[in-house]
Amino acid sequence: MNEGALPAWAAWLVVLLAVSGAGFSLTGAFGLIRLKTFYERVHAPTLGATLGTALILCGSMLLLSLLEGRLVLRDALIGIFLTVTTPVTLLLLARTAAHRDRYEGNPGAPPEV
Amino acid sequence: MSRILPYPLLSAALTLTWLVLNAPPTPGNVLLALLVGLTVPAVMGALQPRPVRVRAPATIVRLLGIVLYDMVRSNLDVARVILGLRRGERRTGFVTVPLDLREPYGLTVLAIILTATPGTLWVQYDSDTRCLLMHVLDYTEGSDWERRVKDRYERPLMEIFS
Repeated sequence: MNEGALPAWAAWLVVLLAVSGAGFSLTGAFGLIRLKTFYERVHAPTLGATLGTALILCGSMLLLSLLEGRLVLRDALIGIFLTVTTPVTLLLLARTAAHRDRYEGNPGAPPEV
Repeated sequence: MSRILPYPLLSAALTLTWLVLNAPPTPGNVLLALLVGLTVPAVMGALQPRPVRVRAPATIVRLLGIVLYDMVRSNLDVARVILGLRRGERRTGFVTVPLDLREPYGLTVLAIILTATPGTLWVQYDSDTRCLLMHVLDYTEGSDWERRVKDRYERPLMEIFS
């Protein structure tokens, strides 16, 4: 990577995208501490898996496209595969928590469907 | 058609993925991409996946727009809740949504959509009662979540996977 190849406006834009994406991910991680119940907490990391990832990947694609002088879309695949696979983990977690809460008769257990 | 291309959508997706990974496309890469797109779906036949029928391309584009808008908006909403910037009392709880959508692929996409929008969590779907149980982080603002899921996501999905 040779320095100075990137115009200043592009560097700022890439930084803005990467930092705001990281900010959303950090907020999500912070939510794990702030929120109280399990079902509330599961919502928090989704911030990093959706908008956080999207912003960072946009920054990465912009940077690579400008440096290589052509459209680089590779990173979009990360976004697609992450979006398609995240529900599997979240569903497993939610179903396990729901089953346990119902079985143990905990307060705040989800209603029967 | 069906002998050479048993799963045309899968073939197209694989070829495109290969090309995107190996950009810029050279003749050799295009040849390899086509080869992958033609051979891998033939192996998929052993798993006997359900055939996918997708229609209404205009609805797909519209749904994509709705989901992207909702994703950004709900991200901001949830970030506000976490950072304590949201004023007033917040109510959180479970919502049961009776679904008319039965197509497995449609339900899969709905699960992805609800997961991609923070603030809604898919907890359970019962195929006997055809009810979806989801957890909503913030349903204070009086928005009717059942209507929202049905109008914004379920109806377009039923058009696409009919």
